[in-house]
Amino acid sequence: MEKTKVAFFDFASCEGCQLQVINLEEDLLQVVGAVDVVSFREAMKGHANDYHVAFVEGSITRRSDEARLKDIRTHAKVLVALGSCATLGGINCLKNFQEQDYVRKFVYGNKASQYETYPARPLRAVVPVDLQIPGCPINRKEFAMVVKALLMGKRPEIPNYPVCVECKMAENICVFDKDMTCMGPVTRAGCGACCITEGSFCWGCRGFVDDPNVDSQREILAKHQLGVQDILRQFRLYTGFSEVAK
Amino acid sequence: MNNDKVIQLHHVTRIEGHGNIDILIKDGRVERCQWQVVEAPRFFEAMLRGRKWYEVAHITSRICGICSIGHTLASLKATEAAMRVTVSEQTEKVRKLLLHAENLQSHILHLGYLVLPDLLNVPSVIPLAATHREQVLLVIKLHRLANEMSDLLGGRTTHPQRPVVGGFARWPTVGELEKVRRKLEEAMEDVEILSDLFKSLRDKLPQFTRETEFIALTASDEYGLYDGNIASTDGGTWSVDQYKGITNEYLVPHSTAKFTKHKRDSYMVGALARFNLNYDLLAPRAKEISKAFGLRPINVNPFMNNIAQLVEVVHSMVDSMKLMDDILKGGIKNEKPAVTVKAGRGAAAIEVPRGILFHEYEYNKDGECVYANCIIPTNQNHGNIQKDLEALIPQIQDRSKEEIELTAEMLVRAYDPCVSCSTHCLFL
Repeated sequence: MEKTKVAFFDFASCEGCQLQVINLEEDLLQVVGAVDVVSFREAMKGHANDYHVAFVEGSITRRSDEARLKDIRTHAKVLVALGSCATLGGINCLKNFQEQDYVRKFVYGNKASQYETYPARPLRAVVPVDLQIPGCPINRKEFAMVVKALLMGKRPEIPNYPVCVECKMAENICVFDKDMTCMGPVTRAGCGACCITEGSFCWGCRGFVDDPNVDSQREILAKHQLGVQDILRQFRLYTGFSEVAK
Repeated sequence: MNNDKVIQLHHVTRIEGHGNIDILIKDGRVERCQWQVVEAPRFFEAMLRGRKWYEVAHITSRICGICSIGHTLASLKATEAAMRVTVSEQTEKVRKLLLHAENLQSHILHLGYLVLPDLLNVPSVIPLAATHREQVLLVIKLHRLANEMSDLLGGRTTHPQRPVVGGFARWPTVGELEKVRRKLEEAMEDVEILSDLFKSLRDKLPQFTRETEFIALTASDEYGLYDGNIASTDGGTWSVDQYKGITNEYLVPHSTAKFTKHKRDSYMVGALARFNLNYDLLAPRAKEISKAFGLRPINVNPFMNNIAQLVEVVHSMVDSMKLMDDILKGGIKNEKPAVTVKAGRGAAAIEVPRGILFHEYEYNKDGECVYANCIIPTNQNHGNIQKDLEALIPQIQDRSKEEIELTAEMLVRAYDPCVSCSTHCLFL
């Protein structure tokens, strides 16, 4: 049987999600044994346009990148967005909220014509996306699960309940009780509430669950003496693009 | 006969990020020879404006997945400098360990996955899994150990959660530290095998030299990585807050990343720069490796940056064990970070795998970031890569197109460039 051909691509990002693929360590050998990797610039030389699955990391931040993404879309039967930048726009969208004159100073300086940029956006704002693996960075176990499901012709199950569920299972003390704020109540689980377990709080990197109780989250944040600006700041860190889209 | 050679390497592979090599050899003359950075710019300094002091390291960590620990630590140090926060000895030691973990992870990834295929004439590490299975498994084993260290100390391998302004949000246990300590001890043997493999391939590294300036952190009592002053092989040391006088960033039309220069047209940072400036403070076992390769300071062959990385792998392992013994002696205290938010400005430098990294911030009285500047190692190397190409290509212009292409790629790869890092911003 011919192996499924897969390719990796990236746009504006830290390449940390592709690094998680490499970080599969010994399991990576199993993955590359089960599929035929035809393009992975970060790790291999050579490239072919003949691929079935494309894994794409990063946000689209300039018009000239759209053509490259559309080209990938025409070749790939299945396009998988990897990580917060590709699925949500992520951190890159923070620049979308800067005052125009400030951004202009950065972007449209006296050499502006040489450097193009436009408001950062997720892949799905440019082309249809078949599957999204959330997270900043992606969870390598979740990536392996998605690959396995794709090879078996199944649709992978990405959780659609909030981080709070996993946080309870991890037996963490609620972050709000420690006088910090948390995006856990509205954020998609699947990370095992890792940031809270490690002493931090949920930053919202996996994006909202499908039907987030945003009003309730705003109430919680307000109850903990956060002003409108602070609440917006929390929502904008990773999910700023959805706010713009609304 | 037409001897013209056009080499256009669009998106050089096995490096982090997007860069092109553009060479034109016409009538026996090198007419064009350019290192072009085409990565999409990301504007981190603009993104940071208005963000709170405790979010800044979380955001700047995302400049680069491979060096996220280094960015986190440089960021925390700069915020601490701005707010005049002092950290405990335990914090410093665990941060140094975390930095070693990243250096190990990054160097092993570079040497094993990105450089080794060139030396063995294959396009990637994948075919080596069949032909050199034992060695590949060894590389993976070392890489996994480095990542385990990052997991244990930072919370996870990429974008660590535990290091925070003022200290750590969570500490490792004595048992966990002892376990990794044992694994490091065992792995010393594996590094020797890896080193022997590179020794057998040493001739594959081109014999090319070009005088240049090397810049790195230097400290009086240790091989400078976490702290120190800025030093140059052309002479002089400077305190970290004088960094802009060293880096002198400028723009070039064919690149979305800034270039830098100091005393000459360009300078080099990274493992070879550190080796050249701080050789005396390397662990004895690391020095032995360098001697086995005939690597001595000051070495001006950029391809030897690969070997300097190998030397640093040994140093980081030895020094990590020393630090762990030191921490374990006193036990691990459950210290909580204490920060009083205040207005101020501060700069910090740290040596990350690819060289010296600077972060500088200014905060208002509410702890909101009003100014940010990050100068990345790869930015500082872009100019040197360009100058090396200009010197190298005429020396090899009579060789076949394929050979020129491979040598040019190997040169860029030797710098282990992190291109998405270097296009984190434009115009300041």
